Amino acid sequence: MPEIKVTPLGAGQDVGRSCILVSIAGKNVMLDCGMHMGYNDDRRFPDFSYITQNGRLTDFLDCVIISHFHLDHCGALPYFSEMVGYDGPIYMTHPTKAICPILLEDYRKITVDKKGEINFFTSQMIKDCMKKVVAVHLHQTVQVDEELEIKAYYAGHVLGAAMFQIKVGCESVVYTGDYNMTPDRHLGAAWIDKCRPDLLITESTYATTIRDSKRCRERDFLKKVHETVERGGKVLIPVFALGRAQELCILLETFWERMNLKAPIYFSTGLTEKANHYYKLFITWTNQKIRKTFVQRNMFEFKHIKAFDRAFADNPGPMVVFATPGMLHAGQSLQIFKKWAGNEKNMVIMPGYCVQGTVGHKILSGQRKLEMEGRQILEVKMQVEYMSFSAHADAKGIMQLIRQAEPRSVLLVHGEAKKMEFLKQKIEQEFHVNCYMPANGETTTVFTNPSIPVDISLGLLKRETAIGLLPDVKKPQLMHGTLIMKDNSFRLVSPEQALKELGLAEHQLRFTCRVHLQDARKEHETVLRVYNHLKGVLKDYSVQHLPDGSITVESILIQATAHSEDQGTKVLLVSWTYQDEELGSYLTSLLKKGLPSSTA
Amino acid sequence: FFQYCLSGHPTLPCNVLKFKSTTIMLDCGLDMTSTLNFLPLPLVQSPRLSKLPGWVLKDGSTFLDKELKECSGHVFVDSVPEFCLPETELLDLSTVDVILISNYHCMMALPYITEYTGFTGTVYATEPTVQIGRLLMEELVNSIERVPKAQSASLWKNKEVQRLLPAPLKDAVEVSMWRKCYTMPEVNAALSKIQLVGYSQKIELFGAVQVTPLSSGYALGSSNWIIQSHYEKVSYVSGSSLLTTHPQPMDQASLKNSDVLILTGLTQIPTANPDGMVGEFCSNLAMTVRNGGNVLVPCYPSGVIYDLLECLYQYIDSAGLSNVPFYFISPVANSSLEFSQIFAEWLCHNKQTKVYLPEPPFPHAELIQTNKLRHYPSIHGDFSNDFKQPCVVFTGHPSLRFGDVVHFMELWGKSSLNTVIFTEPDFSYLDALAPYQPLAMKCVYCPIDTRLNFIQVSKLLKEVQPLHVVCPEQYTQPPPSQSHRTDLMVDCQPPPMSYRRAEVLTLPYKRRYEKIEIMPELADSLVPLEIKPGISLATVSAVLHTKDNKHVLQLPPKPPQPAPGKKRKRVSDDVPECKPLKPLLSGSIPVDQFVQTLEKHGFSDVKVEDTAKGHIVLLQEAETLIQLEEDSTHIICDNDEPLRVKLRDLVLKFLQKF
Repeated sequence: MPEIKVTPLGAGQDVGRSCILVSIAGKNVMLDCGMHMGYNDDRRFPDFSYITQNGRLTDFLDCVIISHFHLDHCGALPYFSEMVGYDGPIYMTHPTKAICPILLEDYRKITVDKKGEINFFTSQMIKDCMKKVVAVHLHQTVQVDEELEIKAYYAGHVLGAAMFQIKVGCESVVYTGDYNMTPDRHLGAAWIDKCRPDLLITESTYATTIRDSKRCRERDFLKKVHETVERGGKVLIPVFALGRAQELCILLETFWERMNLKAPIYFSTGLTEKANHYYKLFITWTNQKIRKTFVQRNMFEFKHIKAFDRAFADNPGPMVVFATPGMLHAGQSLQIFKKWAGNEKNMVIMPGYCVQGTVGHKILSGQRKLEMEGRQILEVKMQVEYMSFSAHADAKGIMQLIRQAEPRSVLLVHGEAKKMEFLKQKIEQEFHVNCYMPANGETTTVFTNPSIPVDISLGLLKRETAIGLLPDVKKPQLMHGTLIMKDNSFRLVSPEQALKELGLAEHQLRFTCRVHLQDARKEHETVLRVYNHLKGVLKDYSVQHLPDGSITVESILIQATAHSEDQGTKVLLVSWTYQDEELGSYLTSLLKKGLPSSTA
Repeated sequence: FFQYCLSGHPTLPCNVLKFKSTTIMLDCGLDMTSTLNFLPLPLVQSPRLSKLPGWVLKDGSTFLDKELKECSGHVFVDSVPEFCLPETELLDLSTVDVILISNYHCMMALPYITEYTGFTGTVYATEPTVQIGRLLMEELVNSIERVPKAQSASLWKNKEVQRLLPAPLKDAVEVSMWRKCYTMPEVNAALSKIQLVGYSQKIELFGAVQVTPLSSGYALGSSNWIIQSHYEKVSYVSGSSLLTTHPQPMDQASLKNSDVLILTGLTQIPTANPDGMVGEFCSNLAMTVRNGGNVLVPCYPSGVIYDLLECLYQYIDSAGLSNVPFYFISPVANSSLEFSQIFAEWLCHNKQTKVYLPEPPFPHAELIQTNKLRHYPSIHGDFSNDFKQPCVVFTGHPSLRFGDVVHFMELWGKSSLNTVIFTEPDFSYLDALAPYQPLAMKCVYCPIDTRLNFIQVSKLLKEVQPLHVVCPEQYTQPPPSQSHRTDLMVDCQPPPMSYRRAEVLTLPYKRRYEKIEIMPELADSLVPLEIKPGISLATVSAVLHTKDNKHVLQLPPKPPQPAPGKKRKRVSDDVPECKPLKPLLSGSIPVDQFVQTLEKHGFSDVKVEDTAKGHIVLLQEAETLIQLEEDSTHIICDNDEPLRVKLRDLVLKFLQKF
């Protein structure tokens, strides 16, 4: 039975280094190629040796698909393509293709230049890797090869984020990447049609969370920022340069405008201005409202938000700083955090999920004494707030997407095992489909049962649909045809055509049965009695009395002769072909029983 | 399979295709050349236009002098300009299921179709097509509505009257069908019926037909369309370009294997080379400005103007034009310039690469930033304060009948220092200029039409090899003005089928197959037999289900089990219900083996006689004989059903079933 095999190399019962192998109808596809923020050793990248021990990745993989530009989804890509070695196609959307290399370069700089690691990918490798990328449009059907096609759907997680359908023949898989089912201040909601995939591979970051309304969270966020600034404190918001940052900037910008606030808002790296530029140029990927009004007012041109300089961190007085990266695991956000952590007037707001092992995760789980590099202990006195602004679907959203796509089975990735377990049960209960949650390196096999497309000759189809003009639900019409299988083509034709095409003659099989009938009347009278009898019994059939004295029932011929020895017995010759077997057999047994006297 | 041809204009097509029980409209172009018969709509009171004399018939009758005015020997209708709509009577347009739009120039009649015909279907177009199409419509509506005209002329349209008028009014077709411009609410209503699509997106229509837009290389978001079922493929080529300008290149490969290729929207100026024209445009512009004159470029607010601005961006510094102001005046000028920068995915490779940097793909962003290019919604307001001469003005409408261009024609027409440069190919420049005659300003004709020329067409057709080509009749003969140029027509084998306005074509197809799906349970039950090497057969008896134009074969349901307790009737007591067809048989029966088989099954008195065509096998005791011939077998027996059935089954073992 055809099957789909899925093996997560990363993101199996975990968040980080998303990388999922899918084998479908003989094609191998790798979904995402991310890094893990919680590790600094080998574990930060997926174990690509799993794919093939000896042999080139290019020979084994038909394509690689990247869902969006976050590093936990694309951070290992240059390592994978340039250092392990992969030359096949890599698919991503246009905005992802534009932004991905910038984040990779940023990541490389932090790792190599700041942390001094060696044996990491180089700038040139990022460039060479990006040359292998093929950009795709939303909803475009991309033919990877003759059989394998992929299609991107809007995911709403960050600019350019997409869900992908992978399809071979009538078997298909949908991979959601990260997605968001509620539109926010800058992006629209994820959308997919009722594509009924055999398997839906969905993220499950917020598998057990049902979030309150966005509006409440926004009000809460603004209140906290406002209060801190009012009492002269500093607010640090660790973010990733693209994505949540823009949403929160729009939020603060409009709030500052409305409240006429004067405290400065800064955005840390030089990346920001560039980042905002991407949003301006790819505005067709943002939400409807921004797209509609961009000619009059471009939401990504900020008046109140200015570029940050390292020296500003020591300035007295209140300020709000957006700094990268978002999980406080390195870079400028961590530096500022160290500076401000000791003052209880200050506040750090974590607007998104933090991976285990990061400083962000530690302070969110209540740790207030942190061991920093060089065994220094950092005491955290500033207020720590967590606000879920990360654009992942919550439990309700995940269920909603399943309802939209109507998959035949579901597989959970990108989440924590405990929470997955809960969601898995919920999905199985509500949708009555199998739900899987493999760990990294564990293979899940999903059996598919595809129907087989064949070509049917129009003649045969028309013949059948003509008969079935008045479809009877209780007695469905049977269609008879011959399936010709030649090379890889399957054609269903009428038996006559099949014979003709193969140059074969029909072999006629005919039966003639002698039925003895006790009837002393003259031959033609006997025939008439038989005729009347048959007409009475076989109401639905065409029974005819021919001039030559014979009777036909459909194509069955009945002739009567006198018995050579016994005048009181007539011999009926009933003759039919194999095609009328049932009726012929029935007729002989009917006639054998003799004629009812009433038919005289 | 029919094609209803609702427009006679080869570059502004409107065809309706009846394809496998769906009705598909391909484009709805609006023929605006009709407006050339009208007087221009001046933005400010024009003494010259208002003093034009009324037209008097040869016999001296003056009853038309309110409607028709004479200017330099030409007669014009003094009324709100009107457009020539696609044919609306040829078929019931409320039966149209979908409308496919190929580019923003070919959707200008959309409100007339969607708002006036009972249309209830869906319109498909790409996002740039819709956004820019909206801008073109907005500009059109705006430029007509801002000059309210009390008079609406209709007397001249009377057939008896029209006969008496001078050309070209006398020969104008379907004047009774000419309509005033639509309104913004109608535009909005029409555009709300559009569903956005992307290149290479497969769109299913009623399960029967799949349509797919392909990049056509002509304009932002411009597309050709594939309309196909599993066995037929129609390619609709409309407004395509192989030149490298700003849009994504044309997708030619996907047009291969078409049964029919409908070819419209070729270049209107087959003898002009667009590159050469751009060069001439630049040099004429520079010369005029250097001599202290102004340059007027009548144009649409989107399209070629982006390429012209890009050329000027590279040209102005070297030509010493850095201090000359460039004005772009249109109610949608700002929107058009902004929109052009956000469609990265629809642009050519070079421009896409710029967006990845991230930089705006078009250099006019820099022209605006450095104040070299300024844009204004109209000549009123800020423009009048900023206006400095000599200058270059880009403005519409290219017909010179409405829009801000009318003002500049009146303003600059009297001086020979000034130049008007025609770049848009849609209107004859001489006709456009007629109501401004006599004119002192210089006129330069540099039509830039990047659409396919005939050499490119013949290369394309050789490449994609459609079985049949359908095109407007204009393309099957040389242009009327150049009847010796037999190279200026579509040349292919078999010769193209041509159409003209209000004609119905029957498209040639030979369809023999349809897709059907065999359910897995049924597929499992099939028993394939290899008949010849590489060819296997299986007889299929199944139930056919047809829903939404999709056919599925399923296992026949199992015969219902008789209810327990009820006495089971003998099978032969029931009249056979339907007519279950038995398979056809093929093969022949070797007599020796057959006899052996009979003997194996207990028939001991088998006797064989030879006949002319084969053999007769006699079972003496049973008084049964079996005639064996090459292609037939006849079993003749007494009414001994078990015996007959046994013999039947033995015979069947030797035969193949179909």
